[in-house]
Amino acid sequence: MTRIKPDDPIVEVLQNVEKGASLWSDAWHRLCKNRMAVMSLCIFAFIGILSLLAPWISPYEYDAQNRSYGAQSPSAAHWFGTDTLGRDLLTRVLYGGRVSIGVGFLATAVSLIIGVLYGATAGYKGGKIDAVMMRFVDILYTMPFIIFVIILMVIFGKQFWLLFVAIGAVEWLTMARIVRGQVMAIKQQEFVEAAVSLGYSSPRIILKHLIPNVLGPIIVYTTLTVPSVMLLEAVLSFLGLGVQPPMSSWGLLIKDGAEKMENFTWMLVCPAFFFTLTLFCLNFLGDGLRDALDPKTSAD
Amino acid sequence: MLKFIVSRFLQGVTILFVIVTLAFFMARLTPGGPFTGEKTLPPEVLKQLNAHYGYDDPLFTQYTNYLGRILHGDLGPSTKYLNRSVNELIAESAPVTFQLGLFSLLIALIIGIPAGAIAAVKRNTKLDYVPMSASMIGICMPTFVMGPVLALVFGLWLGWFNVSGVDSFADLVLPAMTLGLYYAGYVARLTRGGMLEILSQDFIRTARAKGVPERTIILRHALKGGLLPVISFMGPALAGLISGSFVVETVFNIPGLGRFFVAATFNRDFAMIGGTTLLFGVLIITFNLAADIVLALLNPKLRHR
Repeated sequence: MTRIKPDDPIVEVLQNVEKGASLWSDAWHRLCKNRMAVMSLCIFAFIGILSLLAPWISPYEYDAQNRSYGAQSPSAAHWFGTDTLGRDLLTRVLYGGRVSIGVGFLATAVSLIIGVLYGATAGYKGGKIDAVMMRFVDILYTMPFIIFVIILMVIFGKQFWLLFVAIGAVEWLTMARIVRGQVMAIKQQEFVEAAVSLGYSSPRIILKHLIPNVLGPIIVYTTLTVPSVMLLEAVLSFLGLGVQPPMSSWGLLIKDGAEKMENFTWMLVCPAFFFTLTLFCLNFLGDGLRDALDPKTSAD
Repeated sequence: MLKFIVSRFLQGVTILFVIVTLAFFMARLTPGGPFTGEKTLPPEVLKQLNAHYGYDDPLFTQYTNYLGRILHGDLGPSTKYLNRSVNELIAESAPVTFQLGLFSLLIALIIGIPAGAIAAVKRNTKLDYVPMSASMIGICMPTFVMGPVLALVFGLWLGWFNVSGVDSFADLVLPAMTLGLYYAGYVARLTRGGMLEILSQDFIRTARAKGVPERTIILRHALKGGLLPVISFMGPALAGLISGSFVVETVFNIPGLGRFFVAATFNRDFAMIGGTTLLFGVLIITFNLAADIVLALLNPKLRHR
């Protein structure tokens, strides 16, 4: 008989068996082994915290102009240079991050609430109700939504809260489909039957029993929704329909930079770099979470 | 199959009706009409103008009139471009957008499918990692970043292309690359995923055991199955190309539909908003339907659903 050495991988497995590793700690371990995902998480957290702390750590105001100076290339005083109005670009990028990431999370939250409740209800009720509810989603899917978002932003324009509503209203469809599928898959199980026979109401069963059991896919898809929401916000701002100056958002800064890139390249490069890097991190993190939470359907 | 097509067609018509109605009423809700410009018009002129365009009728009469005209193929007169009909304006700008869209789609397929196929066949080697990382960059790089960057490098620094306007085919290269590279990333990932799934199935093993040459297996069996997800992606991709056209046409200053639409919403040009929205709706619905039919034809499992 061969002896098991202490560094043998089987030891770890056996220890886990003894501890009875939960689904979540198991997933966490798998995520930690995914180097790209961990790196993405760290970079994203770094950008996020810097942006959040922007008002306290930045020595400049985001709208403080210094016209005598104009656009300056990066220097010791202004790490990313200044824009044509002499505003510090690093400060504006960080403030822009606050807006872009903030919109990303809030609008995702809107779509999360609508999508999860809608999908879980359709999946749990089943039958005719489900057919009608999902038909509605199918129809909305084929609508050219970007057009309505643009019309909406023009009509009510310049109102910040509307941005969340408009984007959230577009992005909930896929979430609803995913949650419905998951709920359909688990609603036959005994714990749901038990809840029904205890006489619990449908809302209680949906909220307390079904949704907590499909959290995995919800988390994964939420992570992937955030970048697509940020992208939509940036497109709107880029077209001049989203966040209005002198506020800053990454879409707005990129639009500004694109107009002036011929002479002031850094005005395009800095915000574009931060934006792309953030999207990159969130997408990798989403992929990593999918592999960690649902090893069966991992990407390959 | 016929039943499926007919029911989807009817559904498409219903959606178009909803789209037209929504666009009509949303545009009318707008504070400020088509004639509120920089200089305020005298009230009598405004009254004349509104009467001329029929904007003084009750809203519902306007709506029924509008629907009637649309059914006759008349999208109405533009309020921004005097004496021009929306039909004319669309006929002028649509070809540019279509060329751009088609060209980008071609780029996406020509780059995406081979890259994905090679990655699937050479799985877990450098030939897999390199194209897949590149595709991730393509997906994460938004068009309004890619566009200016391409314009900066190939237009302003290297001077190979113009960065503004469209006078010749060469002027379409940069905008089409901007949109095409983005979708090439998706196409590559979908092709790879689809092919890997097919390659792991039993009939491939049987074919190998029978001594079918590897090239035939890949080209005849795996690629055919691998393209299914790409085809179903075509519908949404077209919708994406349209919303992409808003951005790309703005970046490269192209007089296409996307730019017209954004300008029309800013100008409150009701007929123009309605007309472009309708056209976008028709395009998206037609392509979704076409993708569904092709999928059903290729995949017998779906045919009877």
